[in-house]
Amino acid sequence: MRTQKMIAQREAYGAGLVELGKANPNVAVLDADVSNSTRTLYFAEEFPERFFNFGIAEQNMMAAAAGMAKCGLIPFVNTFSFLATYRAADQLRTSIVYTKANVKIAATYGGLSDSFDGPTHQSIADLAMVRALADLTVVVPADAVEVEKALPVLAEFDGPVWLRLSRNPSPVIYGDDFEFKLGKATVLREGTDVTLMSCGTVLGRVLEAADQLVEEGLNPRVISISTLKPLDEEAILAAARETGAIVTVEEHNILGGLGAAVGEVVADQHPCPVKRVGIPDTFADTGPYDVLLDKFGLSVDNIVKAAKDAVTLKKNG
Amino acid sequence: MDRDEQRIRELEQIANELRIAVVKSVYNAGSGHLGGSLSAADIITALYFDKMRVNPEEPDWDDRDRFVLSKGHAGPILYAALAKRGFFPMEELSTLRKCGSRLSGHPACFKTPGVDMTSGSLGHGLSVGLGMRLAGRVRGKDYRVFVLLGDGELQEGQVWEAAMAAAHFKVDNLVAIVDYNRVQLDGTVDEIMEVAPLADKWRSFGWQVLTMDGHDMGDIVATVDKAIAQSQEGPVVSIADTVKGKGVSFMEGKSAWHGRYPTEEEYKQALAELGEQGGADV
Repeated sequence: MRTQKMIAQREAYGAGLVELGKANPNVAVLDADVSNSTRTLYFAEEFPERFFNFGIAEQNMMAAAAGMAKCGLIPFVNTFSFLATYRAADQLRTSIVYTKANVKIAATYGGLSDSFDGPTHQSIADLAMVRALADLTVVVPADAVEVEKALPVLAEFDGPVWLRLSRNPSPVIYGDDFEFKLGKATVLREGTDVTLMSCGTVLGRVLEAADQLVEEGLNPRVISISTLKPLDEEAILAAARETGAIVTVEEHNILGGLGAAVGEVVADQHPCPVKRVGIPDTFADTGPYDVLLDKFGLSVDNIVKAAKDAVTLKKNG
Repeated sequence: MDRDEQRIRELEQIANELRIAVVKSVYNAGSGHLGGSLSAADIITALYFDKMRVNPEEPDWDDRDRFVLSKGHAGPILYAALAKRGFFPMEELSTLRKCGSRLSGHPACFKTPGVDMTSGSLGHGLSVGLGMRLAGRVRGKDYRVFVLLGDGELQEGQVWEAAMAAAHFKVDNLVAIVDYNRVQLDGTVDEIMEVAPLADKWRSFGWQVLTMDGHDMGDIVATVDKAIAQSQEGPVVSIADTVKGKGVSFMEGKSAWHGRYPTEEEYKQALAELGEQGGADV
């Protein structure tokens, strides 16, 4: 097993926001009574005149952010992912995305990462929803470094962005020289037998699975698709052409997320076996994060098995 | 007639022209919301032709006053006002609701010059206006933001989230106006879901409350002036007593005219009542 430094994405995000605030006087931060959880409290301490706590009223916060963006600010809106997507779904769709408002939505506590709070607070259907909103850019970074590197790029980008963050410490994958490119997948390992594609912090488990596959004599490619929309179709099609088998891995319901996105591209343009690893269309449970990931479809063994199955399907194809 | 009175007569004349334009454009479109457009006609006239600092030559002027039509279904009256004010040609009103037109079924800010915010899903507008003023505070700008709300719309919980926040943040230069026409799609507001007592509700949320006759141009102009002055101290709402479908006798106070569109006969009668000289050509 890989031993790695662990940092929580929300920590990198909180620190990165302060840097954005220093660099640009139009960056404002909005929170809904969870500034300690989202780590926007660092920004609040540094720039109190540009920090707005809206209380427990996400719908108002989201639409107010649209108004701010229409008047020249770059608002970063912060709350738990399930609230940013589902509680304030109409405000996100109508006032932010349809108007192309330059609002950045930081949807924290993504996936199962709020593990002990249980399914009410976990967010495993968010990607399916935000993917279906035209003109919304969707980013799901793989580690804390990618969050740090992505923030200035997203602040610079003119348009609505939905950024999914994880609550818990997760493996640091990238070095300081990592460069975030919006809309571009990152190839972590070249390979020819099968491609493992993931979004988000589950990449640590994917790399472990890849190590295991190598030990068993396979040569897997590993790609992190941190921009879920717009999708890097070139990288996906190259994988389909050159490896002929794909496994998608995501901390999300098996329906509607990365697996669906990749499957759509492959089915349309270059059909090949695609095995989807994710939470098997069920609400999860309360408990330790790693236990939940293992129990609800995202064990390393499950990823390895899916890869082998995909290779078998390719051979039988 | 003194100058002020002269000005009021001019505004009344404009409001009547806008009502005619609304009836024509909705008839021509084959659908649209007449009742709530006509009830808001005098208020919107006062804002766009007397109160708001806007520049049709430069619709995106950074320092302009903003208007958010939170009751977005009244889009036809906003379009008529913007066209008359010079943001786009009056003839374009005949493209309302047509595919490919700049005049969408509900206002869309990136489509239509002069529309400051997209609306149509009720309950968003006060939050948007609040955000616009918070941005003004951060950026050191004193533009004013006017938000027009429907009375039925006040049934949306988000309106009260926004009301609470606007008072909490002590925003200045934010003026809300409630088009209190007492009729919504399914019936009268009091029978569908009572929103009264409005003044008490807004006051208890920390707002300064004014009332006005939403069809008395002199009262509207004076009350909005007062609202602007008082908005330096915190958010102000003016509750406008209005009549749904105002100006066309058979539409007045009728929930059926929230979203109905007129037959040819009704259309001709409506124009005749509004004193349209040019006849019924659309």
